[in-house]
Amino acid sequence: MIVTHALTKRFGSLTAVDSIDLDVRPGDIYGFLGANGSGKTTTVRMLLGLVMATSGRIELLGRPVPADAGRVLDQVGALVEGPAAYGHLSGRANLSLLDASGPRRARGSRSDRGDRVAAALDQVGLGGIGRRPVKAYSLGMRQRLGLAAALLRRPRLLVLDEPTNGLDPQGIREIRELLLRLHAGGTTIFLSSHLLAEVEQLCTRVGVLDRGRLVAQSPLADLQAPTGRTVVRTPDATAALALLDGRVEHRDGDTLLVRVADPAALNALLVGNGVRVRELGPERRSLEQAVLELTGPSTDRADRR
Amino acid sequence: MIRVELGKLFRRPRTWMTIGLLDALPTIVAILLAITGVGPRPGQGPAFLSAVLANGSLFAVAALAIVLPLFLPIAVAVVAGDTIAGEAQAGTLRYLLIRPVGRTRLLVAKLVSVFAFVLVSVVLVAGTGFLVGRALLGNQPLSEVAVTSVSGSTLTPGQIAARTVLAIGYVAFSMLGVAAVALFLSTVTDSALSASMGALAILIGSSLLLTIDAAQALQPYLPTRYWLSFIDLFRDPILWRNVLRGIALQGVYVAVLLGAAWANFATKDVTS
Repeated sequence: MIVTHALTKRFGSLTAVDSIDLDVRPGDIYGFLGANGSGKTTTVRMLLGLVMATSGRIELLGRPVPADAGRVLDQVGALVEGPAAYGHLSGRANLSLLDASGPRRARGSRSDRGDRVAAALDQVGLGGIGRRPVKAYSLGMRQRLGLAAALLRRPRLLVLDEPTNGLDPQGIREIRELLLRLHAGGTTIFLSSHLLAEVEQLCTRVGVLDRGRLVAQSPLADLQAPTGRTVVRTPDATAALALLDGRVEHRDGDTLLVRVADPAALNALLVGNGVRVRELGPERRSLEQAVLELTGPSTDRADRR
Repeated sequence: MIRVELGKLFRRPRTWMTIGLLDALPTIVAILLAITGVGPRPGQGPAFLSAVLANGSLFAVAALAIVLPLFLPIAVAVVAGDTIAGEAQAGTLRYLLIRPVGRTRLLVAKLVSVFAFVLVSVVLVAGTGFLVGRALLGNQPLSEVAVTSVSGSTLTPGQIAARTVLAIGYVAFSMLGVAAVALFLSTVTDSALSASMGALAILIGSSLLLTIDAAQALQPYLPTRYWLSFIDLFRDPILWRNVLRGIALQGVYVAVLLGAAWANFATKDVTS
């Protein structure tokens, strides 16, 4: 769906994006992660033809960007750095204008426009919004309207930047369920978010950007791979320590981190020796740990030298 | 896309308020003239104003002369400066471009909508000028009107009408030059206000230089040089020299600036 070859963007002497090879496959929910200032937004803008790459190639739905972008952008819905709309018009009017602005051949009939707009608004939960002008919308409503605009043309690919920004927990869950429904229906989703918990719940593949370089691109499960250690929680921690001797790598109160080949055998050993085991399982790296290990400090920070 | 942009512009309340204000000024002047009967001496004040006291039919052209120096360029600069920079400021430019709307197509649609605004506002100013003039300053039946031209001879109503239409066209084309400057600046900056103010600064600077003798070498090429030449259309016979020069000069400015706007917009990075 999205393939880049050595995509680079330089602003003067600053290299914002350094030779990245993105690979988003059809049917993925791809999580695009990285610190602020790592080049994520620049990359997304380049993918959509808003910013011209310094070097490298981009293929969006099989077509080169920006040369042939006009042909495929109709099948892409995007939310880039926050929603935007004409404040003096209603949400419905905004979507109608956007729908009418597209290329003639793919515009669809004008008579269906009202239905398309209504369907998009219903999908994001703004069906009953009436004729209020957008300048009277709350942050969450604007976010939903932005999502509706992205969904208007029933795109094959969704490029979303912080889609749940400004939404309350109910809203976040609604959007998550909407995205999962769309994914089940065949839509590929390219998602950029700082909410790692969300990414962990939604994404199938993950790409991590650090200071312009793509430091990791793999299925999510690979980043969350078991570390080879087993977590044991037991009220008889001291007894367990004495029993396991050198194999305990870390102890934190009730919790022990043990390096063993077979967790089941460890369980049998502990129970057989009278140590009560409350919880036992493989230690998995959380996505947060993985990302923090892979990336450097955010450019939000400006320390005194 | 052109239809979309026309709709966007003419459904905006601000557009009609601007046109309303443009019509209000000549109306106020007409009311004052009608009440006091005091006109400027011939040669002073806006063109034709001394003539209209005799006959209100000429007020259409007088109205154009009233708004042309300042108000009409301001209105056009505001609308044209808002075209790309306004979308950038609102954040909607990026969503238009990824809809997708081709950059050239967007620019052309915006230009057409600005020119439609110019035509509509010029025609409405002339129209309200005519109606107000007839109502307040003398409404002899049109067929009997014999108006004195600027040169002193009389013109038939048909000739007046024809020349007024030519004057409207000329003023509209002059304003296209303003639109081109503001449109170009609109592709350079993300602030609609900066684009409009920049265009106005250039035009005011041009008008200023026209009053300075030391700038004589530059004067034939300044954009505002031939703006008021539509008066020559009301001489008998029509004096075409300055009118044609004005058209040529505006044509050059329009072509160069629109070309620059296109070249810039088609390749720039949209970070708004």
